Amino acid sequence: MKKYTDQGKVDTRSGFGAGLVEAGRKDPRVLALTADLKGSLKMDAFAAEFPERFIQCGIAEANMVGVAAGLAITGKVPFIGSFAEFVTGRVYDQLRQEVAYGHTNVKIASSHAGITLGEDGATHQTMEDIALMRALPGMAVVVPCDYNQTKNSTVAAAAWDGPVYLRFGRPSVPNFTGPDEPFEIGKVYNLNEGKDVTILCCGHLVWEALQAAEALEAEGIGAEVLNVATIKPLDAAAIVASVRKTGCAVVAEEHNAAGGLGEAVASALAAAGPAPVEFVNGADRFGQSGTPAELMKAWGFDASGIAAAARRAIARK
Amino acid sequence: MANPQELSKTASQVRRDIIRMVTAAKSGHPGGSLGITDVMTALYFSEMKHNPATWRRDAKGQDAFIISAGHLAPVYYSVLARAGYFPVSELGTLRKFGSRLQGHPCVTDALPGVFQASGSLGQGLSCAAGIALGKKLDGAAERVFCLLGDGESEEGQIWEAGMWAAHHKLDNLVAFTDWNGQQIDGPVENVGGVGDLRDKWTAFGWDVIEADGHDFESILKAFELARAADGKPKMILFRTEMGHGVDFMAGTHKWHGKAPSAEQCEEAMKQLEETLGDY
Repeated sequence: MKKYTDQGKVDTRSGFGAGLVEAGRKDPRVLALTADLKGSLKMDAFAAEFPERFIQCGIAEANMVGVAAGLAITGKVPFIGSFAEFVTGRVYDQLRQEVAYGHTNVKIASSHAGITLGEDGATHQTMEDIALMRALPGMAVVVPCDYNQTKNSTVAAAAWDGPVYLRFGRPSVPNFTGPDEPFEIGKVYNLNEGKDVTILCCGHLVWEALQAAEALEAEGIGAEVLNVATIKPLDAAAIVASVRKTGCAVVAEEHNAAGGLGEAVASALAAAGPAPVEFVNGADRFGQSGTPAELMKAWGFDASGIAAAARRAIARK
Repeated sequence: MANPQELSKTASQVRRDIIRMVTAAKSGHPGGSLGITDVMTALYFSEMKHNPATWRRDAKGQDAFIISAGHLAPVYYSVLARAGYFPVSELGTLRKFGSRLQGHPCVTDALPGVFQASGSLGQGLSCAAGIALGKKLDGAAERVFCLLGDGESEEGQIWEAGMWAAHHKLDNLVAFTDWNGQQIDGPVENVGGVGDLRDKWTAFGWDVIEADGHDFESILKAFELARAADGKPKMILFRTEMGHGVDFMAGTHKWHGKAPSAEQCEEAMKQLEETLGDY
């Protein structure tokens, strides 16, 4: 199978911070807003280079969304950054009316998403945000897998015409995609070709899926690994084509079952190419405190959990 | 500056439009619309720097207006149409299937003059503040106006925006409150108790101006005072009467969200002079 090398563990939010600076250099309309989380969102470099384009909003997320919408109306490209829960669930109505309804050009930078936020516990570990953002008409939903892809997808989000939900995380994870791989919103990235099962994944679980594919290869199972970095708009054709070839699928995501990548994929397959699908997700429950590694294992989000799901899917063919 | 007599004539026609639109739609919000008609007329026909012929959503080269209390759509649409943003004949389509005049304003159908959707309360001041900051970042001299309800001021986000706009010294932001003392469930002081809005906005770091929202000289004077470039956002508290101009609708919350019958519409028409020609 294709080899991927961990170029060094780093958090995806730092990829966002680097991408934001790059986007800011490319386009003077790019602004950064945060609700008292400049450091957590890795906006320091942007704020240092473009002090007049960094806008501190204080702990008032609802106002931040409206301010960003107003700035976007005047032609700016504002990124609003906070923890995933506080920039989705807390401000859903604001995003709906001020951003999505008018297709207002606001980019939502969502950090500390999912269970791997770790020790802070369930109040902060949103596992429902993808569902909320997918439900908004016209909202692009992007979940990059590592530092490089988060950086490159941030640049792509700035250039995208319309609102984008960009989800990333807190822990340091392997960085394995190319540093300058152009990122295209709406594209599925085929990381490994295989004939027996398709593993569809996003975010932190992509690396785990690659490890699972290696383990499966040792058993003689060919796993195709699709990095579905854009959940909406979904490249259904690429997904259906792969699953038609392999005959079954696993969908792995750091999100609850309702409304996530799993349901998006299941919907696409049901419409165009039904096949057995196994789901690796948070089911229907809240998280808890722990280290990211402990939680990944407990939730079955690690390579062994994904490999087990692949074997189940193959057995159902 | 337009003279008060001319504005009064325009306002009479706007009130006729409001009643006729809501009656035809068989739903909508006439009470608040009638109450803020004089202020909205003074804004669009005197104070605001705007040009319907060159209007763009990004407000380049023009003042912007954000309606935070989106249910006041009837007065907004009438004033926009009478100012020349779209044909007055379109006013008859309010709330109808396929109309650009949605029950609450939106930008999806690109109705000229509308900068932002509104309907879910408490959000417009944040957006107006964002536009005001955008203009400052561009070095543009234009201003941003924003209409709030007093009942709407029970929403916490209004106060987030209030704190933030003062912190950022947005003196190009002019908000005004339709201070009619009424909301859907009754008098504001019985329902939500927003208390003394003068003290609250002053404490939030705003210049506060009080005016009679049915006296054009008072309205124009208030808008003039709000031009001060003193580093503070402006809040004009317009004392208004819900349902103003139609005797059986005035001074009560009961017409907040109720359409008149055909007979009531006819009765109202007798009380409002047709000055610019009905649509």
